[in-house]
Amino acid sequence: MAERHSREETPRAPVALDDRSRALELILPKILAEFQPAIGATVNLVEVTVKPQDVPSLCRLVKEDSQLSFDYLLCLCVVDYLDYLQVVYHLYSTTMKYKMVLKANVTMDEPSLPSVMPVWPGADWFEREAHDLFGVVFEGHPNMAPLILYEGFEGYPGRKSYEMPEYTEW
Amino acid sequence: MSTEGQLDTVQMMVNMGPQHPSTHGVFRMVLWVDGERIVDMEPHIGYLHRGAEKLCEGEIYAQIVTLFDRLDYIGNFNNELVYCMAVEKLMALEVPERAEYIRVIMCELNRVASHLLFFGTFGIDAGAMTPIMYAFRDREKVQALFEAVSGARMMHNYIRIGGVKNDVPEDFRERMDKLIAELKQGIDEGDRLLSFSEIFLARTKGIGLIDAETAISYGMSGPSLRASGVPMDVRKDEPYSVYDRFDFGIPIGEKGDSWDRYYVRVEEMRQSIRIIEQALEQMPDGPVATPVRILIRPPAGEVYVRSENPRGEIGVYLVSNGADKPYRVKVRPPSFCNLMALKHLLRDAYVADAVVILGSLDLVLGEVDR
Repeated sequence: MAERHSREETPRAPVALDDRSRALELILPKILAEFQPAIGATVNLVEVTVKPQDVPSLCRLVKEDSQLSFDYLLCLCVVDYLDYLQVVYHLYSTTMKYKMVLKANVTMDEPSLPSVMPVWPGADWFEREAHDLFGVVFEGHPNMAPLILYEGFEGYPGRKSYEMPEYTEW
Repeated sequence: MSTEGQLDTVQMMVNMGPQHPSTHGVFRMVLWVDGERIVDMEPHIGYLHRGAEKLCEGEIYAQIVTLFDRLDYIGNFNNELVYCMAVEKLMALEVPERAEYIRVIMCELNRVASHLLFFGTFGIDAGAMTPIMYAFRDREKVQALFEAVSGARMMHNYIRIGGVKNDVPEDFRERMDKLIAELKQGIDEGDRLLSFSEIFLARTKGIGLIDAETAISYGMSGPSLRASGVPMDVRKDEPYSVYDRFDFGIPIGEKGDSWDRYYVRVEEMRQSIRIIEQALEQMPDGPVATPVRILIRPPAGEVYVRSENPRGEIGVYLVSNGADKPYRVKVRPPSFCNLMALKHLLRDAYVADAVVILGSLDLVLGEVDR
């Protein structure tokens, strides 16, 4: 029993990209060469990891490039990996039908990176939500007021370190 | 600002909600108006925030289905499906054919039920009191079938990881045939009653316009985006489950006004019924679930799975670290993105049209706030 609980090697889900993603994987390195990204793959998506300050310029490039035209921001979220926060952008191209996931790691002490609102206005609320729950600051966002939480809420409830308050009657 | 012989004008702030019948939930917006025109608006959400994504991190995989039920409480089956597909993708789990067909039938019926609710409430938003009586008469029949199949009218917890909870009842086919005939008649009846009424057209035609490019940049999806003429539908673009086996159309609008957003949904109900009819014909016999243990530990990795909800494209981003509970669950709620475009839609509209424009987006606030 003890052996089973202390098992350190967790199996990894195998990569199973579809044809469209494989095609994207081939053309991406050349287009994104100037950013020196780390290109990999999650289970079903092509994954690109860049430095946080490069995010807006890379986003503008993939949106305006005629081969890619990632004009649709599917989702923006933050994942807490305890020693750093990862901002995850899921992108989609309505014309080329490509999908891609873009990642940028920010530090726990100073979690900030430039906003992508100038590229996709739809990032507005996602960024505000990420700010509420994880405390990530998106530089250049016009309105970082609380969206999901009430004003004056203390702490970042999305983070793993957040302690749920005890149940109280009120 | 005043000049000789002119009246002073002053911008006025009007507060709508959170307790307002037209907001279909708990949604507040602050309008700045100049006379009857809306100059600017500021939406306020979060009144229903329950921290559903955080709660998911503390539950085992099988328990999370119930949390997804409660996100979009009008499109339950669709929400259960997208979560189960995400886990199945991560585990590379095969689902029996019969289960896939039952899932599709239930999801499409749910789409009809959801659009019927929209049909009724949108009528009320525009000042017509009768359509909701017709809509609820038909919706009730769909709910009765849901109860017969899953045991609950809402919050079904029917679609499970690996299949569905149980097989459909023995008289399912007869009940479905009867239901489809009634629904077809009901939809036609409602269509004749409301869609081309002179007053209804005056209230909705050309109101709340949004063009395709702007709609895409805001991340709108589903019927609200298709009304602007973009034929984007996950069921066609990236067929999941068994959607690639059916012949159905994607209704699109011309201008992207409130009437288009309404009529796309009416047409979608007809297409959903087409899918259900084909699925009933093709449905094979066999098991309805792949046996899966209650406590599962999917391999470490992450997936993003999309599917088409009655309100638009719902996505689930699931990160697993190999434990019995997910490391992170993120939901891409369609209503959340559609609501973001409201600021654009309401600019320069009349105050009297604000309710119609808001209603035409078909929001569910439980999903917006999560």
